[in-house]
Amino acid sequence: MEHKIETDFMIINMGPQHPSTHGVLRLELKTDGEIVMACRPFLGYLHRCFEKHCESLDYLKIIPFTDRMDYLASMNNNWAFCIAIEKLMGIKVSEKCEYLRVIVGELNRIASHIIAFGTFGLDIGAFTPFLLAFIQREKIFDLLEEASGARMLYNYIWVGGVARDVDGDWLKKTKKFCQEFKPALDEVDELLSLNKIFVERTANVGVVTKEMAISYGFTGPNLRGSGVNWDLRKNEPYSLYTKFDFNIPVGAGEQGQVGDCWDRYIIRIRECRESIKIIEQALEGISLEGDIYETVPKNFNKMPKGEVYARSETPRGEMGIYVVSEGGKAPVPYRVKVRSPAFCSLSILEEICKGVMISDVIAILGSVDIVLGEVDR
Amino acid sequence: MDNILVWTMISILVMVGLVSVVGIISIYLERKVSAFMQDRLGPMEVGFGSLANAIIGKKTFKEGRIGLAQSLADGLKLLQKEDIVPKGADVFLFKLAPMIVFGGTFAAFAALPLAEYFVPADINIGLFYILAISSFGVTGILMAGWASNNKWGLLGALRSTAQMVSYEIPIGVSLISIVMICGTLSLKEMVLAQSGWFWNWHLFGAISHNGAIGIVLLPVMFINFLIYFTCSLAETNRAPFDIPEAESELVAGYHTEYTGMRFAIFFLAEYGAIFVGNAIAVTLFLGGWNSGIPMLDEANIPGIAPLIFITKVFVLIFVVMWVRWTLPRLRVDQLMNLCWKYLIPFTLFTFFYVTIYKVFLT
Repeated sequence: MEHKIETDFMIINMGPQHPSTHGVLRLELKTDGEIVMACRPFLGYLHRCFEKHCESLDYLKIIPFTDRMDYLASMNNNWAFCIAIEKLMGIKVSEKCEYLRVIVGELNRIASHIIAFGTFGLDIGAFTPFLLAFIQREKIFDLLEEASGARMLYNYIWVGGVARDVDGDWLKKTKKFCQEFKPALDEVDELLSLNKIFVERTANVGVVTKEMAISYGFTGPNLRGSGVNWDLRKNEPYSLYTKFDFNIPVGAGEQGQVGDCWDRYIIRIRECRESIKIIEQALEGISLEGDIYETVPKNFNKMPKGEVYARSETPRGEMGIYVVSEGGKAPVPYRVKVRSPAFCSLSILEEICKGVMISDVIAILGSVDIVLGEVDR
Repeated sequence: MDNILVWTMISILVMVGLVSVVGIISIYLERKVSAFMQDRLGPMEVGFGSLANAIIGKKTFKEGRIGLAQSLADGLKLLQKEDIVPKGADVFLFKLAPMIVFGGTFAAFAALPLAEYFVPADINIGLFYILAISSFGVTGILMAGWASNNKWGLLGALRSTAQMVSYEIPIGVSLISIVMICGTLSLKEMVLAQSGWFWNWHLFGAISHNGAIGIVLLPVMFINFLIYFTCSLAETNRAPFDIPEAESELVAGYHTEYTGMRFAIFFLAEYGAIFVGNAIAVTLFLGGWNSGIPMLDEANIPGIAPLIFITKVFVLIFVVMWVRWTLPRLRVDQLMNLCWKYLIPFTLFTFFYVTIYKVFLT
């Protein structure tokens, strides 16, 4: 005789209070035992009306707000916004300021990638690499604190320049950090990257093909993890990036298929090494002479009328800033819109989380490296 | 009659003390070992002096420097916490679960042979008893997950049950080899068989039983020991097999909804289970209370036997912690693959090897 046991899917809310959703994200999982049948992300828990706020703020006062979008890479956000405004106003920034921007931007990129691969390891269950990497992140924060006065939300890059000058001592310290960082990164790399269990957990999991990555608007390390060689620093160089010699790591499916979680992870480790290369070259090239406020506009009264879209490469991908200015005497923008890379990366969850296990959802979410502050804005 | 009663009472008291002390020391060690591996300091503030000062409210004692009383203070804190039973929970099962988990672990302590003269319950089926009673805890875990009316808890309990039931098989088979060599299930006799020099330990074959020919068992015994150690990690839900309570996936697994002392009991039971698991490894493979060098044994230095035993167990516990803070976590299906496709075939192989040895070479 055959008994028929009726089974039902279980709906689980992962988040907004959950240790691995990287902020306040809610995933609604429809599970059959350990298998996830469907996964829907719900956003908006951290929405702060950033874009609306900007419409009533002075251009300079918007910069601290951009800090709070992708709070792990504030420098790069400042920079992206300033590039847009400078493009609109037609300001050419002095070379010294550009060098400083490159140095702090790349330092912050490393700090952000440390969080990315550290918490990814944490999601997979490896605690130690996370803390070992955090020691280096502290050093970066000390450097950025000395340059800007703040540890996380810097408000350092201004329209037309930077907020504070640095001295030769700071450059020496940065150089020393670059020397110390390489062996420290190797240590984390050895602990985690080729660990058998780690590879088992991440290779062939959450594969995003080239076509999928492009159609979902992936950018940054996620896109490069899927095997697309695209980096704004090389393909559409801004600032001084044409001067530096560095490589763009691209995922090759070394442990599994192209575009799996392991590829997205290793891209970040390799990018840290490239960033160090850039910083070292920038430290060679910078000269401390010159006024950092030389090209900073005194006021925004002569803002031209028009609209501008500027993009730059933040640690999470391509950040686009769209600004409409009414011109005339109003020193506030008419409209600001941000194209956030993490938002696009998050949108893929629904597609690649079908039929994987609950543990894989965590791995995939960790590997696309989202920051909810930027997703919701 | 009276004598036996008194002796039993003393043994029970000592074992109750041992369980709590082992738990507290292991938790302290865990924090210090993990701190050491991660370039941190770990607990540094709460020494016994500071704790006493906090309790009496005056600065009478010298303050501690290395945080020795941290776990004790944590225990005191947890005692004062509110005991929350979630809405919709099965109250009876919810409250029963930690007792069953703790009871199973605690009962296993009774048969541990700390020294020849100190086996609280010297029964002739000691090994069988420990294996049986310590797997009793699974029931409690399943109960906890089910009764707390929490989906994460339920998932954790299901994972835990599947894992522990599967890993019981390689554990059982790997220990049967030792039982075959010794011809007894009594833990005390197994340790007595390993006395003398360290090559008498079962880890190095069966030299004490069959003389030099026993060395042919050396490779399989090493494999057996490694398999047993791996499985005991899984049995006690330790990394890399800590999927039932994987904090990045299931929040806290089966004990997600537990607070205060009920949570502390789960915690204590976990460390108790680690102690028991490694104590079996020490008893069966590493010579129990024998130091491995006859000059340093109980016969020459009275009272050293329990110390040797506990030291050996803590060395193994250190390895357990070392593994935990180094390796990431496996996925549920990979865990099952490891057990059914690798560990069980290997133990079956060693089992047949020992059988053939036993039949044809002795």
